[in-house]
Amino acid sequence: MEQILTLATNNLLSPIILSFALGVAAALARSDLSVPEAAAKALSIYLLFAIGFKGGVSVSSHGLDAKLGLSLIAGIILSAALPLIAFALLKVMTGLSRLDAAAVAAHYGSISIVTFVAATSVLESSGITSEGYMVAVAAAMEAPAILSALWLISRGGDGRRMDSDLWREILLNGSIVLLVGSFLIGWVTGEEGLTEISSFIVAPFKGVLCLFLLDMGLVAGRGLRRGGGVLRPGVLAFGVLMPLIGSAFGLAAGLMLGLSMGGVALMMVLSASASYIAVPAAMRVALPEADPSIYLTLSLGVTFPFNLTLGIPLYVAVASALTGA
Amino acid sequence: MKTHKAKRVEITIEAIMQSRLTEALTKAGVTGFSVLPVRGGSGRSGAWVRAGEIGRASGMVQVICIIRPERLDALLEAAFAVVDRHIGVVSIVDCEVLRAERF
Repeated sequence: MEQILTLATNNLLSPIILSFALGVAAALARSDLSVPEAAAKALSIYLLFAIGFKGGVSVSSHGLDAKLGLSLIAGIILSAALPLIAFALLKVMTGLSRLDAAAVAAHYGSISIVTFVAATSVLESSGITSEGYMVAVAAAMEAPAILSALWLISRGGDGRRMDSDLWREILLNGSIVLLVGSFLIGWVTGEEGLTEISSFIVAPFKGVLCLFLLDMGLVAGRGLRRGGGVLRPGVLAFGVLMPLIGSAFGLAAGLMLGLSMGGVALMMVLSASASYIAVPAAMRVALPEADPSIYLTLSLGVTFPFNLTLGIPLYVAVASALTGA
Repeated sequence: MKTHKAKRVEITIEAIMQSRLTEALTKAGVTGFSVLPVRGGSGRSGAWVRAGEIGRASGMVQVICIIRPERLDALLEAAFAVVDRHIGVVSIVDCEVLRAERF
């Protein structure tokens, strides 16, 4: 318990979380503070490239093992299965329609790459190493949840067609292409490549993450201000409970795979996080009747801040306790 | 100067549907259109601004086509097939153009 509190305190008082809090507070106070759209896009490109590249270098240094393939399979299964659990929970806890519940459930099977990036930063700050290929697991977990949500809807007799454009947008969305592409570049170029560009992708990383999370805080705060009214108590409770349930499944998968303590923590983070970029876009195309203010506010305004502030230290502490690291 | 009657169709639609709409218009023979970003607005779901959105799921764009009156039905049929289930507005106004052969 003491370890959890220490980690939580350190995390809450880190520049990363305080930057996020500043953004939320500014948005809630209706400040005109904003990060230009193009700058925010550039920051996210930088973070995705850096995290992918470093993951590839790590795989290059430590070599490939069977765990990579198994971790990918585990990630895909988790992504496909978690929406089914989320859907059942939503039906019990909330009065959401089948359509809204399926759309929300899809978000909780997919992942938030920003939460993943923040978690890797916390691990690095604590000197905890993790499997570099967790970046590839993150990419693999983006899409299966969307298929599960559409299956849930089709079971209710409302068949939805996935057109080829939607497939392309999901599987080749910019974030996945950049993450996987930079991972491969890091893998191919290894430590030598990292040395060449480390002054760009290692040293400034946390500063850039602070600015990016400031923007995320602004977006989350605006979302809460605008959409907070649509979230009833049961829906709000789901936004906190579901990450804990997801993280438990991630924990079980990580332990079964024999991942390192850092790897288990990241698997928990991935399973606990909820998408707010790829899945909302897919839902707007495939399930346009579902209410975006529910799933976006829940994912971005409730689950994302929860994971960022309390979830990550909790997952790291639990992974540490159960792996004996 | 001689002018010619035409129809100006303005379709405000979710940004995520833009390529689907413009492809449908092209297939229907409407090859001339302009796409404008929408910076913000207010509708049945409340007020929003582009700066406060993340990703392409919530943004809107406006597709503007100016066509000859006799081609209007084909355009609307193609557009409606795409925008039917989505948030958006389709409006048509009468206008006049200088060079009819371009439309």
